[in-house]
Amino acid sequence: MSFADDAYGALTDHDDDARWAYGTGFADPLAGVPTTVAGDVDRADLAAYCLMLGDDALVMSHRLQQWVTRAPELEDELALANIGLDLLGQARLLLGRAGEVEGAGRDEDALAYLRDAGEFRNVRLAERGDADFAHLVARLLVFSCWRLALLDRLTASRDPVLAAIGAKGVKEVTYHREYAAQWVVRLGDGTDLSHARMRAAMEAVLPLAGELFSTHEIEARLAAAGVAVDPALLRAEFDEAMNQVLDAATLTGLPGAAAAAQGRDGEHGPELGEILAEMQELARALPGGVW
Amino acid sequence: MSDVAVAPESAGERAFAETIEKDQRVEPRDWMPEGYRKTMIRQIAQHAHSEIIGMQPEGAWITRAPTLRRKAILLAKVQDEAGHGLYLYSAAETLGADRGDLTRRLIEGRQKYSSIFNYPTLTFADVGVIGWLVDGAAICNQVPLCRSSFGPYARAMIRICKEESFHQRQGYELLMTMMSGTPEQRAMVQDATNRWWWPSLMMFGPPDADSPNSAQSMAWKIKRHSNDELRQRFVDMTVPQAEALGVTLPDPELRWNAERGRHDFGEIDWVEFKKVIAGGGPLNAERIAHRRRADEEGAWVREAAAAHAAKATRRRETGA
Repeated sequence: MSFADDAYGALTDHDDDARWAYGTGFADPLAGVPTTVAGDVDRADLAAYCLMLGDDALVMSHRLQQWVTRAPELEDELALANIGLDLLGQARLLLGRAGEVEGAGRDEDALAYLRDAGEFRNVRLAERGDADFAHLVARLLVFSCWRLALLDRLTASRDPVLAAIGAKGVKEVTYHREYAAQWVVRLGDGTDLSHARMRAAMEAVLPLAGELFSTHEIEARLAAAGVAVDPALLRAEFDEAMNQVLDAATLTGLPGAAAAAQGRDGEHGPELGEILAEMQELARALPGGVW
Repeated sequence: MSDVAVAPESAGERAFAETIEKDQRVEPRDWMPEGYRKTMIRQIAQHAHSEIIGMQPEGAWITRAPTLRRKAILLAKVQDEAGHGLYLYSAAETLGADRGDLTRRLIEGRQKYSSIFNYPTLTFADVGVIGWLVDGAAICNQVPLCRSSFGPYARAMIRICKEESFHQRQGYELLMTMMSGTPEQRAMVQDATNRWWWPSLMMFGPPDADSPNSAQSMAWKIKRHSNDELRQRFVDMTVPQAEALGVTLPDPELRWNAERGRHDFGEIDWVEFKKVIAGGGPLNAERIAHRRRADEEGAWVREAAAAHAAKATRRRETGA
């Protein structure tokens, strides 16, 4: 039965992998990857580390989801949704791994929906709200330059799951960084108004970058074990990429990173509380619900 | 009706009539009657607008989706709708229309979009019911358009229908899952079904006797089946699905008619239909205002992109 003859008949055709316009990666990207944890790796540390990287992606994705139906052009609707989906996919893998390593029976949804703000380990940069499109692309550029450098090194992790997540993420975040960089250049080099807004956005966002490169004790221990990436080592690569974009965007004399906040230890601003109130509302309202 | 009634005279007119007659596709560079061009631009634009406005009711639930899997599915679906809109605006542009101009017509209320999106999404069950009934009705409407006489539209519709069909199955699967949940969840599914059933039937348009543009569109083979015929097909397909799901369709007159071999169903509230089309639906003003706000708030971004592109071109030309 051809599709054009009977749309409903086609609904029983289960060979549907090609029906997504834009890939969503619903097939298990970790299929075949061993899930064992090396005997010398502290499981609590590994679970916490997976939460750090997973919460970064989950919270950043939430901010991107808030832009859906509000983007300046249709092409940007597609791009922002796409980036949000990529990060959501990374978050699901990382939260899933965190729950599995923790061994307390929590799955990705228990970790996303049933933790309070003080238990989230994301960097503050991820939770910051976007006053306008310039703030969004500034934050996305800083986030992507840092995360790409991080994921690239994570591919060499001794933990097979983290290495696989790194390899998958590198391809995705390379595009995210490219997208954000193009907009920072367009806005910085565009009109007087867009230049002023891009500058104001960078001035607001860059101080948040300090936290990205301060090494948490958990990261230090896991980095020494060959499992995690020491974020202090990412600074040079980050600066090089950022400077290249900011030069092209004619944005000079911007502030440096300020003293680090402690998002990794659960210290967040009120904005994370607002995000979680929205994200967790329904899941918590109907305990025992199946979706 | 003059375009088809008058005997073809020019070579272009003869070629167009022959293309339609032989069930072949009209392509953008072919000669076509002005009425045909205008009708196609209007229809494709309305379809594109519907995809874009249609992102709003479900998009509102992305940030609140109750599992990460449902969140990913919903985000991907809304992204698909943006993609359909983009694809359709491009098809309209092959006829000489301009996306920016069509967007202005939308936000100034000069061009319509599907009235179904003027109803609110009150619970997460609405996400599932929109997939099942609204996407289902859209598929019934659009599958015949895969053979529409205008080539770019027909080809766009093949891809769009395949994705809509996937969305429909996902919506139905969400409802099946919810029906296996708590009594409260089952009540949510029934409530959403009650609210969306009649508006879904209205998606097929006015009854044939009251459908002024249909005859010309049928003659041009833009349209292949009448509104009432498609509506009947949708009802017949949906009844067994509702039974499998375990929900009641909110129509006491709905029953199998063995003589006709089809389902009889109650009279649609055409007063409400006309009211919503005329802008009096629950959320007409909000939907347009939201789209207008996004357009206005993005204006400085688009201007900056154009200014940067112009500067880059100048720099290339002067070798700077």
